[in-house]
Amino acid sequence: MRSFLGTSLSAAALAVAVGGLVVAVLAARRNDAELWKAARWGAYTNLWIMLVANLLMIQALVVRDFSLSYVAQVGSHATPLFFAIISLWAALEGSLLFWGFIMAALTAAVVYVHRESEGPLFPYALATMFGVGIFFYLLLVVPANPFASVWPVPTDGPGPNPLLQNHPLMALHPPILYTGYVGMMVPFAFAIGALLSGRLDNAWVRVTRRWTVFAWIFLTLGVVAGMWWSYEVLGWGGYWAWDPVENASFLPWLTATALIHSSMVQERRGMLGVWNLTLAIATFVLTILGTFLTRSGILSSVHAFAEGSIGTYFLVFIAIILVFSVVLLLGRSEQLKTRGSLDAAASRETVFLFNNVVLVAFTFTVLLGTLFPLLAEAFRGVTVSVGAPFFNQMTLPFVVALLFLMGVGPALPWGRAVRGGLEKNFLWATGAMVGVAIVSLILGVRDPYAILAFAFAAFALVTNVREYVVPVRARASTRGESIPQAFGKVVFSNPQRYGGYFAHLGVVLMAVGIAASSAMQTQHEATLRPGETMQVEDYTLRFDGMWAQDQPQRFSVGATLQASRNGRDLGTMEPRLNYYPTQEDPVPTPAVRSRMTDLYVVLMAFQPDGSTATISAIVEPLVSWIWIGGVMIALGAAFGLVFGIRRKRTVPGPVGEPAGAWREGDPPLGPPQGVLITEGAEQ
Amino acid sequence: MNDSDRSGTPSQPSRSKSGSRRWRAAPFLGVGVLLVGFGYLLYGGIGDNLVYYLTPSELEARGDAAHDTSVRLGGVVIPESVRWDADALDLRFRVGDGTTELEVHSTGAPPQMFRDGIEVLVEGRLASSGVFESTNLMVKHSNEYRAPEEGQRPQDLYRDLMQTEGE
Repeated sequence: MRSFLGTSLSAAALAVAVGGLVVAVLAARRNDAELWKAARWGAYTNLWIMLVANLLMIQALVVRDFSLSYVAQVGSHATPLFFAIISLWAALEGSLLFWGFIMAALTAAVVYVHRESEGPLFPYALATMFGVGIFFYLLLVVPANPFASVWPVPTDGPGPNPLLQNHPLMALHPPILYTGYVGMMVPFAFAIGALLSGRLDNAWVRVTRRWTVFAWIFLTLGVVAGMWWSYEVLGWGGYWAWDPVENASFLPWLTATALIHSSMVQERRGMLGVWNLTLAIATFVLTILGTFLTRSGILSSVHAFAEGSIGTYFLVFIAIILVFSVVLLLGRSEQLKTRGSLDAAASRETVFLFNNVVLVAFTFTVLLGTLFPLLAEAFRGVTVSVGAPFFNQMTLPFVVALLFLMGVGPALPWGRAVRGGLEKNFLWATGAMVGVAIVSLILGVRDPYAILAFAFAAFALVTNVREYVVPVRARASTRGESIPQAFGKVVFSNPQRYGGYFAHLGVVLMAVGIAASSAMQTQHEATLRPGETMQVEDYTLRFDGMWAQDQPQRFSVGATLQASRNGRDLGTMEPRLNYYPTQEDPVPTPAVRSRMTDLYVVLMAFQPDGSTATISAIVEPLVSWIWIGGVMIALGAAFGLVFGIRRKRTVPGPVGEPAGAWREGDPPLGPPQGVLITEGAEQ
Repeated sequence: MNDSDRSGTPSQPSRSKSGSRRWRAAPFLGVGVLLVGFGYLLYGGIGDNLVYYLTPSELEARGDAAHDTSVRLGGVVIPESVRWDADALDLRFRVGDGTTELEVHSTGAPPQMFRDGIEVLVEGRLASSGVFESTNLMVKHSNEYRAPEEGQRPQDLYRDLMQTEGE
């Protein structure tokens, strides 16, 4: 019964998407408001269909309906309720179903927000989203139907993959990441819509920007949550292994970051039109490629649990997108000639241009390293993998360059540089950079990469903080406001800008955290008998004994250790190994004490009688800065997004008008803004 | 379309033509130089950091070229070849593929699953002494689900530990 109902729902969503695509294209070509309305109803319908289908699957997982192949694959009576529910995304079919829901919800949200809009751009964008929908619903109906039935019905199943059950973070990481991935469909849809409708002015960029930022916030949080999960579960003290699937989530993040910056150039200066279209398309293709790499299991990876035989579908889909997009871009090449021009080498748009070049080079490097094993196997017949040192060595210059540009950009005005004042802008920053490098050397940091990262992080920190300090001070003195009051006024006067700078500060924090924790970590391993101690830097660990615990879904073996630092007691730490019935290998669960410096303790091995335990202890400084920085990036972007929209609604003028009215083009360009103080204090 | 085209053009005709052309070319020239340098680095970087998946026989067949390249060596732990010094954290064992055997040395505790006859993946380099120096030792486990035999479940293996906790 559930099988029939669920399969029918997927098939219905597929039918609606096909019909919606046709109707939306007709609506665009005939400029017909009724057809446009009908197409929108298609989007709303699919939201409800997918919601019901997902609830049906969750219910099946909760009541353990093993007659469904998906439940038989990931369910088990021993799995606690919470993990039974999140098993929705524990394997291929369920995660595609969940993906379908997020996609339908986002499509519905986009058409709801833009329901009043006129012109062919929006129906074409909706048609594109229906096209993407057709692909995913087709997967749900044919090769990866989560509602397929099994016979004979098993009485129990293996439960979800142990790695997924081992940490509650698995409830957050996939949905957040999926929302980010699926969200990148929106800029793609509007880019295709712009190409199809021939409306290649700045309208699509302006409409898309907030959707891109929305998706980017989730993508950022998803990647950071993945790092955190990896740190808390995989037990090697690291958070990023350049694993193909980690890279897959990072690649669209890089191009989306480039898009967010370069679309500002298009909005302000009317340049980079083709470039932005390409970035929007590339970002979407990279999300599909990422899904393909995860789902096909073509590259060996810690994520190989989600593999399936649907790789061909993905390859065909990627090929269709690429051919379609390239043909469209070529067909519109006459209309895509650059309008603006660079007027000064030292201007903000130049910095954005370099920022984009670096981000794309970064993307290309990571992409090459990720796909190289496939190329080597295809052309040279050897099985290889690309070692992490390649990624670390090759990407570090990009990180340093990005930190540098992030420091330079905000201090430069749009249009042209004004020579006076620039020296002053960079004096403090350069001083901080040199100072931090010297202090790091004195404090005994010897890793040149870490010193570079610290120095350039200091540079970016000072210039970005200055962007707050200068206008706040100016406002406080000219208007006699208190500092917090002036700060509030300044920040809310341009939420996007000041949210952006806050995100920059998050990047700085993250860069410092990554550099410090990888360059300055100390690891020590020892086999201990009860009562014996081991020493790592200032920390002492005393082994007090082993214990074991039988739980319904797993069996845990743990070591009890007493931690102290320079004689000060830090409490007990209990690293453990969790044995799941489906897997011979235990899943390590490190004990982590997170402060400015993390103490990370892993139980490596033990004697069955508990007489010895081999413990690995890692001391890593500033790991927590990575997580804080990641949240700051998301918060800064969210601040700009939420209050930026609110401001747009209240301010009349071309920015606040409905999208259909934008065809007259850009808002008038003001005179080049010279001095930053006036820029920050405007309005 | 044309209207919007023009409104995007910045309104600064005051600068001399040659000056603005020079400025316009500079970033692109810089980008070109960067790209060439980047391609060169990429080419070298990837070559130096390739890790080859090899069996002991394949590694031996490479002769002298086998030394000093990063390798992931796959094979089976030869029964009764394991010597593990828990206090020095020093591990020696032999890995074979049926035809060739190689001596492996590693420091640090092996994974809890490590034992005779199990399939392993050893990351490291072949030293000139002929011993494979491992930096990372992984146990390969099959994805196929097998119910553990009676007496082999962790509950049975580590019964002593449960009792010490319970009392």
